Amino acid sequence: MEVKTEKPKSDATGVLKRIAGPVVTAVGIDAHMYDVVKVGNEELMGEVIKIQGENIIIQVYEDTSGIRPGEPVINTGLSLAVELGPGLLTSIYDGIQRPLSVLVDKMGDFIQRGVSAPGLDHAKKWEFKPLVKEGASVGPGSIIGEVQETNIVHRIMVPPNVKGGVVKSIRAGSYTVDEVVCTLDNGAQISLMQKWPVRVPRPVNEKMNPTVPLITGQRILDGLFPIAKGGTAAIPGPFGSGKTVTQQQLAKWSDAEIVVYIGCGERGNEMTEVLTEFPELEDPKSGKPLMERTVLIANTSNMPVAAREASVYTGITIAEYFRDMGYDVSLMADSTSRWAEAMREISSRLEEMPGEEGYPAYLAARLSEFYERAGRVKTLAGSMGSVSVIGAVSPPGGDFSEPVTQNTLRIVKVFWALDAKLSQRRHFPAINWLNSYSLYLDSLHDWYDKEVSPEWNAIRSWAMEILQKEAELQEIVQLVGSDALPEAEQITIEVARMIREIFLQQNAYDAVDTFCDMKKQYDMMKAIRQYSDLAYAAQSAGVTPQQIISVKSKNDLPQIKFIKDYKPALDKIQAEMDAEFNALRSAA
Amino acid sequence: MKEYRTITQIAGPLVFVEKTEPVGYGELVNIVLFDGSTKRGQVLDTSDELVVVQVFETTAGIGKDSGIRFTGETIKMPVGRDMLGRILSGGGKPIDGGPEIVPEKRLDITGAAINPYARGSPNDFIQTGISTIDGTNTLVRGQKLPIFSGAGLPHNQIALQIARQSKVPGSKEAFAVVFAAMGITKEEANYFMQDFERTGALERAVVFLNLADDPAVERIITPRLALTTAEYLAFDLGMHVLVILTDMTNYCEALRQIGAAREEVPGRRGYPGYMYTDLAGIYERAGIVKGKKGSITQFPILTMPGDDITHPIPDLTGYITEGQIVVSRELHRKGIYPPINVLPSLSRLMNLGIGTGHTREDHKKVSDQMYAAYAEGNDLRGLVAIVGKDALSERDRMFLEFADIFENRFVRQGYNEDRTIEDTLNLGWNLLATLPVEQLVRIDRDLINKYHPKFTKAGKAEG
Repeated sequence: MEVKTEKPKSDATGVLKRIAGPVVTAVGIDAHMYDVVKVGNEELMGEVIKIQGENIIIQVYEDTSGIRPGEPVINTGLSLAVELGPGLLTSIYDGIQRPLSVLVDKMGDFIQRGVSAPGLDHAKKWEFKPLVKEGASVGPGSIIGEVQETNIVHRIMVPPNVKGGVVKSIRAGSYTVDEVVCTLDNGAQISLMQKWPVRVPRPVNEKMNPTVPLITGQRILDGLFPIAKGGTAAIPGPFGSGKTVTQQQLAKWSDAEIVVYIGCGERGNEMTEVLTEFPELEDPKSGKPLMERTVLIANTSNMPVAAREASVYTGITIAEYFRDMGYDVSLMADSTSRWAEAMREISSRLEEMPGEEGYPAYLAARLSEFYERAGRVKTLAGSMGSVSVIGAVSPPGGDFSEPVTQNTLRIVKVFWALDAKLSQRRHFPAINWLNSYSLYLDSLHDWYDKEVSPEWNAIRSWAMEILQKEAELQEIVQLVGSDALPEAEQITIEVARMIREIFLQQNAYDAVDTFCDMKKQYDMMKAIRQYSDLAYAAQSAGVTPQQIISVKSKNDLPQIKFIKDYKPALDKIQAEMDAEFNALRSAA
Repeated sequence: MKEYRTITQIAGPLVFVEKTEPVGYGELVNIVLFDGSTKRGQVLDTSDELVVVQVFETTAGIGKDSGIRFTGETIKMPVGRDMLGRILSGGGKPIDGGPEIVPEKRLDITGAAINPYARGSPNDFIQTGISTIDGTNTLVRGQKLPIFSGAGLPHNQIALQIARQSKVPGSKEAFAVVFAAMGITKEEANYFMQDFERTGALERAVVFLNLADDPAVERIITPRLALTTAEYLAFDLGMHVLVILTDMTNYCEALRQIGAAREEVPGRRGYPGYMYTDLAGIYERAGIVKGKKGSITQFPILTMPGDDITHPIPDLTGYITEGQIVVSRELHRKGIYPPINVLPSLSRLMNLGIGTGHTREDHKKVSDQMYAAYAEGNDLRGLVAIVGKDALSERDRMFLEFADIFENRFVRQGYNEDRTIEDTLNLGWNLLATLPVEQLVRIDRDLINKYHPKFTKAGKAEG
């Protein structure tokens, strides 16, 4: 596949005809769809979104107040593209890849308009180390060298839209992102940076099936509803159900090598929390700041709406670029509903015929195009890489039947149903275990068998069964009270309570409990299983449910969550549990 | 300045003008009536052929013979130090009989977005003296925390109590209140004004009043004028500003009215599709800027139509603000003041402002435990209604009782009762002490040993 980032220059300068909010109309330019244009005397950045006879309709990424008809419009002839190269990591961008720190230097604490800022630092020099020799033949996407960017090695690739050939010259040394480090015999010149249009997916060799889970350290996710590397998940949640915290936990703890976090139309103060917290957080694996493997995109709700629409594409293009180097990338988009609303807002300014609830008719197509850019792939260079996409959805009024949630659910494979009721009773993460699902359970079965325990898949099913049973029993309890249940079922209720309170509840703010590896998850679940087995055995031996429920040693189980070297304590509890039940049985 | 007499159409709050020189989008427009009086408006849509102007006052008196003057600049607000203590109309004109404001600066009322990178992290605990806020939904400086209320509920009293009692313990920095009323009745406005005067708050307040009988469209700019003033006080003069916006529901109605007049494609319940972005442009003007002394904390108040929290106004608000304080009709009926229902209430920035160094180390755990216990007790009420109290287990009965005690001792407090955070947390412990220690599963053992009345000296002496 060939993608040209530069089109033939048509030196078109036109004039503005109409301005109505973020959508303006120009005449007198020769433009293609999605060309980037400079609007008005202040040269605000915009993008062509509709061509109607003479009229070129443009969405503007900045505030248009004060712009008048008659001001000039210049077509750059380029598509909206991002700069990809060393310097991406640790960066914080707005929706159109302008570094926010550079914007602060250029225009102060508030976002003003008409300031352009390149995505990468063009003055900084990077130490380039070639990995191929002169005379080697390379193709599109081949890795020719590397740069130690942070603790992450940034692999320098032949851009996918450059024809392959034989390396004519390649030099180690210190370069800016613009300097040529390698030339091919066909004349192609390769620098540390490449540009890629954000609305075009980067090509891959082959899409593979996802068979490895993305470990997040969150028990309800890894244990019950796992997402695969290269998979897609949706977190729909009414406001106040802990969606943002869940997403931030994922960004912090998931075992992806690169994290791209898109704050799309969200709260400024929450972005600040991310921006101040990430640099301080330690990556559990490398011990380095988490920021060193992170790219943040922050387009808060009061920043221009067109840039919000673009932010999602900017983010996924950056994610794909790191995937092409052979990394596992996880991308969080918070929130795709805000993105869809940006589409709706622009669509309504275009006076397009609305679809459901005023959303444009192409909503479903745009959503599926976006999620389809996720995946575990064999890259052009032949290595394995993945982009996992976790999109938050904010259904208005918590109503899951609304178009954005529904269209998202048709595409994604994992659904983590946040539940305001659970968060009200401070059950965190407030993910409803009955409504959530993961369609990756089968493809990940073997991995859990091999890497965790051959017993894991069975114990997971057991836990789900108990929880399901509890839901049915609760309906009866609601009517007649818990004492009226048969003895065995009273025990089921107690075991389910333990699964909920011990296993499912997890404290994101506790230094230890915030991350729980698979080994510990397995050990915890096994301890609950042990209690359950002993309890049913005791009950059939004639011990009363009251006695079983008031077994003392199990009260210490919740504390295991907060202990780092939990094994001795857990062993002790399990031994005591055995002893207590032995005593009960012999007394009965 | 050129004056056009080319009005072609007047519809609702919109005036359509033809054949003008190029006019800027968002420009301020003066409309001169036949009697020489002027009205103000703003350009909503501009092109070579037609300019659409939204008039902030009633369009009564505007006709094809009215003159239109384009000022060539967007709407600016004159701001100055002497605004403190003044009462202005919803359009920013003094209505207290005092002199015009002496402007030190003229600021664009749309306000630019704070660069997320320049934002400071909000983590100063604000003590409101209300237990349900301080203890379980803690407010921090720079937060926007709306009050979701309903018609006939005492949200105004709560807002005033907060405005009166709010302080950062141990801090003596300059602070100010900006109060913007949109479409509230004269009676309600008087209630606020009297309280401001009684407590002396007026001298450090700026009041904007758009009353129920003032033009609805003016409400579109009232909160923007208020927030522009607040930004000046906070970021130029270094004050900590508390902004009260009431009632945001009236603001949204005005927004819908304009959308309908422009014949826009309506979104949910007829509100315009851009309402989220529009509201974000208001609510997001809260916060702290790194390296600047002041801060803006927002208390928007809105009445939920039909007490429906899923209505577009509270719904979109909740997605932008950092939590919400929900006022409950049920608690109000029980005669409890302030009738704040903690279950659906939330402060998203709470964890930044509590714990060691802010309030007390046990704050989060105590709060979580009370929440959980109250939620459980509250659920059991439904069950009791069906099976009666006798069918409950002993454990359930304790939680049921906890819910009652919680409402009567923790939620209920006096209109002038200003509880310190220590009072609130100790009260929380006293309530939790009614439950068996082993039921306090959310609190670590060492905190229980340190604070639980059963284990502390004071508690032991009492017991």
